[in-house]
Amino acid sequence: MSQPLPETAAARRPLLEVEDLRVRFSRRGQPPTTAVDGVSFSVDAGEVVGLVGESGCGKSVTSLAVMGLLPERGTQVSGAVRFDGTDLLTLSPGRLAARRGKDLAMVFQDPMTSLNPVLTLGRQLTEVLKAHTDLDRAARRAEALDLLGRVGIPDPRRRLGEYPHQLSGGMRQRVLIAVALACSPRLIIADEPTTALDVTIQAQVLDLLTTLVRESGTAMVLITHDLGVVAGTCDRVNVLYAGRVVESASRHDLFARPRHRYTSGLLAAVPRVDAPEGSPLQPVPGSVRDRLEWDAGCAFLPRCGRGDDACRTGGILLAPTDADRARHAGRPGHPDHEARCVHPAGATT
Amino acid sequence: MSALDALAPPPAPTAEPTGEAGLGPWAAAWRRLRRNPSGIVGAVIVALFVLVAVLAPLLAPYEPATGEWFGEVTPTSVPGPSPEHLLGLDSFGSDLLTQLLYGARSSLVIGVVSTAVGLAVGAVLGILAGGLGGWVDTVVMRVVDILLSIPSLLLAVSVAAVLGRGQWSIMLAISAAQVPIFARLLRASLLAQRGQDYVVALRSLGLRHRRIVVGHMLPNSLGPVLVQATLVLATAVIEVAALSFLGLGAADPAVAEWGRMLVTAQDRLEQAPQLALYPGLAIAVTALGFTLLGEALREALDPRSDR
Repeated sequence: MSQPLPETAAARRPLLEVEDLRVRFSRRGQPPTTAVDGVSFSVDAGEVVGLVGESGCGKSVTSLAVMGLLPERGTQVSGAVRFDGTDLLTLSPGRLAARRGKDLAMVFQDPMTSLNPVLTLGRQLTEVLKAHTDLDRAARRAEALDLLGRVGIPDPRRRLGEYPHQLSGGMRQRVLIAVALACSPRLIIADEPTTALDVTIQAQVLDLLTTLVRESGTAMVLITHDLGVVAGTCDRVNVLYAGRVVESASRHDLFARPRHRYTSGLLAAVPRVDAPEGSPLQPVPGSVRDRLEWDAGCAFLPRCGRGDDACRTGGILLAPTDADRARHAGRPGHPDHEARCVHPAGATT
Repeated sequence: MSALDALAPPPAPTAEPTGEAGLGPWAAAWRRLRRNPSGIVGAVIVALFVLVAVLAPLLAPYEPATGEWFGEVTPTSVPGPSPEHLLGLDSFGSDLLTQLLYGARSSLVIGVVSTAVGLAVGAVLGILAGGLGGWVDTVVMRVVDILLSIPSLLLAVSVAAVLGRGQWSIMLAISAAQVPIFARLLRASLLAQRGQDYVVALRSLGLRHRRIVVGHMLPNSLGPVLVQATLVLATAVIEVAALSFLGLGAADPAVAEWGRMLVTAQDRLEQAPQLALYPGLAIAVTALGFTLLGEALREALDPRSDR
């Protein structure tokens, strides 16, 4: 159905390569739902890549599919998730479990519910070390102390014996970050790591996460609906819409020259401090539910101001726009700014 | 699934952020328990019951079931309270108080042992069903359903018929009746945990399924089971009495037993009502104690009861 995508960095093998990932949920008596509809993206070692989109676009399902955490029953996953060359989707559950936590780890959205309420933080921190390392008890404890210190938790020695409910949300998210980093994974998937936090804490936690990731050379997939978060942290950004990547670009290119109409709509919707007082917000009209099937054209068409009949044919490719090809002319390779749009923004000059 | 599945247990102690900062979830529950008056009453009754049972040889003024004063019992009268016999004699001429104190022993032993066995077997079945799911779950739960469909009294009678009368038959019958309760409760409790975020988070860390079930989901599921065990103890005490009342208990008259005391009291109900009154009271108060304690535990372990 979807053609192979033009390779942007053919020379080196990316750390994580998601190719044509599809996830369908079927429930008895209901038509199946396609949550992820051919998502492809890649993450190089040490790179921070954003997956951006509004609720229901398939961000979280993509991350769960990469980690192999989707429920088996009623879920069909196809495509490939290559981590360092190994397709994680074909690994046995046992082998996949052995890599989870060790090679790739995840930071979840809600720190209030992602820790076990009846066990001490110390137990929860040392447990992952016990599962993946040969450290003895004392060494695990020392490591746990060190981790808590690294994520900026004051008085870690006391905290080890405490329970999750004794910590604030921000502190708990720090603990979850510590747990995810415990075995020095090469890739961390952070699924809206700051959404559940207080705005004042969001920046701190995000800052901590990116600093730790950069320091240790860990790659990160940052899933968010917040373009502000993307602007501050990501190297590359993939914008998802209705289960597909609609635009993929470096952070700079994305903000400077959004190509897909959805991306430009999102950027226009961000409230600006320097806007004249009283000027209305510019939301993207409609909701994700008003969508076309990708096979019938552009899923964003019903909400797009610029669409016409040309958008009603299936198989629109994620490809560099003519404008970007022109900008790229004279340099080797392909431009790394791609959009899945028939009428990209900034094309008609 | 049968209708019993609808009786899902209250959520385990998921320790919401409380005013009791500085306490673990169990410590906080313990504190709530101590603040509950009816829980304290229940705990005191249970403690007394256990003390009496354990210390019966020290507390009792005489040896049990001696029939020493049989001569004083006539076909028409049983001696009532006197300075030597505070509660009087029983119809076999033994000291009634002594019989009552020793009776606590068999109730406690049979009640606790059968509940412990019922809990252990039920817990294993529940963990298998709730932890593994799939066909194991189906098989285990159908077995439990079958067990549940046999009336416990009928089961007790059949067990006694096979094994002969006695404490062992009673224990076996009572625990067999309890197994399905605990199995279902723990299974439902574990299933409720399965979708929790922390379980997904643990899986994302690559922990083995067994480790997650036993090390994480089980401790979160124990609250309702603990409550149920206390409540079931109350029923067990009553059932012990009921089964011995029906003549399925120990055949040895030397073993004092509240239920059998009631049987012998029947014939002399008019002339000596105290023979039925005291063991009846003992049974009722003991059961009440366990029930109060169990209800207080339920409240203490329920995070919603936080005030």
